[in-house]
Amino acid sequence: MDLSQAFSTMAADLPAIFSMSVVTVAGLVMILQESLSENDRPIPWIGVGALAVAVVWELVHLGDPAGTAFFESIRTGGFASYINLIVLGSGIVTIILSVPYLDHIKHAYGEVYAMIMFATVGMLMLGTANSLVSIFVGLETMSVCLYVLTGLIREDEGSVESALKYFLLGAFSTGFFLYGIALMYGATGTMYLPEMQGAVPEGSIMFWAGVALFLIGFLFKVSAAPFHMWTPDVYQGAPTPLTGYMSTASKAAAFASLILVLFYALPDERWSLVLSAVALVTMIIGNVLAVSQDNVKRMLAYSSIAHAGYVLVALAAGTTEAYAGAMFYLLIYAIMNLGAFGVMAMLEWDGKEGRVQSLDSLAGIGHEKPLLGVAMGVFMFSLTGFPPLGGFMGKYAVFAPAVDAGLTWLVLIGVLMSAISAYYYLRVVVVFWLADAEDTPEAQAASRSFVFAGIPVKATIALCAVALVVLGVYSGGLLEMTFGFFEEGMMAATP
Amino acid sequence: MAAAPFMFFLLATVSVVAAIGMLVARSPVYSALWLVLNLFCVAGLYLTMNATFIGVIQILVYAGAIMVLFLFVIMLLNLDALPQLEEIDWGMVAGFVLGVVVLSQLLYVIASGFDLPMEAMGASAETGSAESLGIALYTRYALHVEVAAVLLLAATVGAVMLAQKRFE
Repeated sequence: MDLSQAFSTMAADLPAIFSMSVVTVAGLVMILQESLSENDRPIPWIGVGALAVAVVWELVHLGDPAGTAFFESIRTGGFASYINLIVLGSGIVTIILSVPYLDHIKHAYGEVYAMIMFATVGMLMLGTANSLVSIFVGLETMSVCLYVLTGLIREDEGSVESALKYFLLGAFSTGFFLYGIALMYGATGTMYLPEMQGAVPEGSIMFWAGVALFLIGFLFKVSAAPFHMWTPDVYQGAPTPLTGYMSTASKAAAFASLILVLFYALPDERWSLVLSAVALVTMIIGNVLAVSQDNVKRMLAYSSIAHAGYVLVALAAGTTEAYAGAMFYLLIYAIMNLGAFGVMAMLEWDGKEGRVQSLDSLAGIGHEKPLLGVAMGVFMFSLTGFPPLGGFMGKYAVFAPAVDAGLTWLVLIGVLMSAISAYYYLRVVVVFWLADAEDTPEAQAASRSFVFAGIPVKATIALCAVALVVLGVYSGGLLEMTFGFFEEGMMAATP
Repeated sequence: MAAAPFMFFLLATVSVVAAIGMLVARSPVYSALWLVLNLFCVAGLYLTMNATFIGVIQILVYAGAIMVLFLFVIMLLNLDALPQLEEIDWGMVAGFVLGVVVLSQLLYVIASGFDLPMEAMGASAETGSAESLGIALYTRYALHVEVAAVLLLAATVGAVMLAQKRFE
């Protein structure tokens, strides 16, 4: 390869990684600010500013035709901009929610925000990956940052437990993942997703074994059953706003990447059955186990397992409409969960990142904090899938194409499970609004010294709730747009 | 010609045996030493595939630096578990070497019976050199190198952050 030509090609590709570069540079500036200056106040806002710049950039490029950049390492165009928007938006919301929360628990270190930025860089690469190397590098960058963020509250044994569990199991799943990549590369001789499809030798056991290991790694990251064991403990022990980040942005990026893999490299019917089975087990386990949870964070962790199952229904269907629906669902899901974890972060009083306090201890909190109470109501109804909220549109977008693809039985179970989920989601609303603090001994015993939610936090949570209502009533061109990403030509294999 | 596939089977067998040995060894120090053997065999595999640079780096970085770090940690944390020095039983060593050689020969024969492809990928001496590796890293994989740099920085900063004493 001619070197000067290679460098000029890369220079021309620089706009494709604009967001990645801005976020990285901002992360470096934040670390320098933390170490060189006494004033830590501006650090999170540097991050928010950089992420906002990147959001504007991606919004402008949302309609671009699909292509690849950096020698086909990453994808560009509408699909990439869309998933980047979800990741960057989640980053902004997380940082805004973390500021008062980390102040409250006295862990407001500048590095925390820098780690969020670096995790975002990994997700930006993961969600737009066009080769297995990109997927791996992105996934690891994201994961390492998340391990650190999980263990942030080092003096609390629950946080340490969750971080260690996450780290050990994550490293284990990475082993599977890497071995899978090695076998896939060995069988096809290529790392690039679009080339892989044509390069699979007939009846190659090596390739399918590789894909199986590869999928195990992915299913672990999106916490699909039977690789979901880590999720409740890790989500419960991590600082709450960062749990929200973990459960939305990292899942969105991992799912986007999985969709790219399935769309380009494995458009094979035989995956449908595997993914259907995983989706089935995931939905059942997530929903059934969530019913008996007394801790809201743990309940939300099981609920996030259940929602991974809903997305997997769409992936099992494997049609263009289904992938588009899944992309739409990821957006809705990110908004709902960020909001729900945000509210729980603001309603935390136990000083142990909310892993000890029970739901009942928050009885009647809606009357005390009406904005948070109403917002939580919107998030819970939306997570259940009540029309006319965003959650309903999202579920419709993943279930309808699955019915068209002949997976009616799976969708039936999904709908049944959604009905079960109404119990544990609406219980939160009931306790928040209808229960009386005077009648509940646990609420009497609670110290109820909450995080002070300032204007930015309230505005962010309100914005999430409003976005859900708006998206539910008028999802506008969003669904059509996500559909457009997967149409012929838009996703042309090579530019 | 037949030497290359046989070398592969020999090194592969030893590395698998060493990996099992690492898992079943009672003492962490023995585990670490088994891991060193495993890493050397993998380095040998790289060398047979003409990937000289990676082979040398494997020995320098993994078998050298990282293993020393492992042993350091083991010695610091686990003084009680250190093994007693024993006389090396040369009979056992000879038995191990002979057994592995015979096993790898058998595997070679079985593999040829199954018609598995025995030829290595057509890797010439240039493809494994530091120069060609560098060119690939800084052109085709330039973006990955940059993001991997972010990964390493994040890991360093995160480790320092978690290890600091400012927690009260």
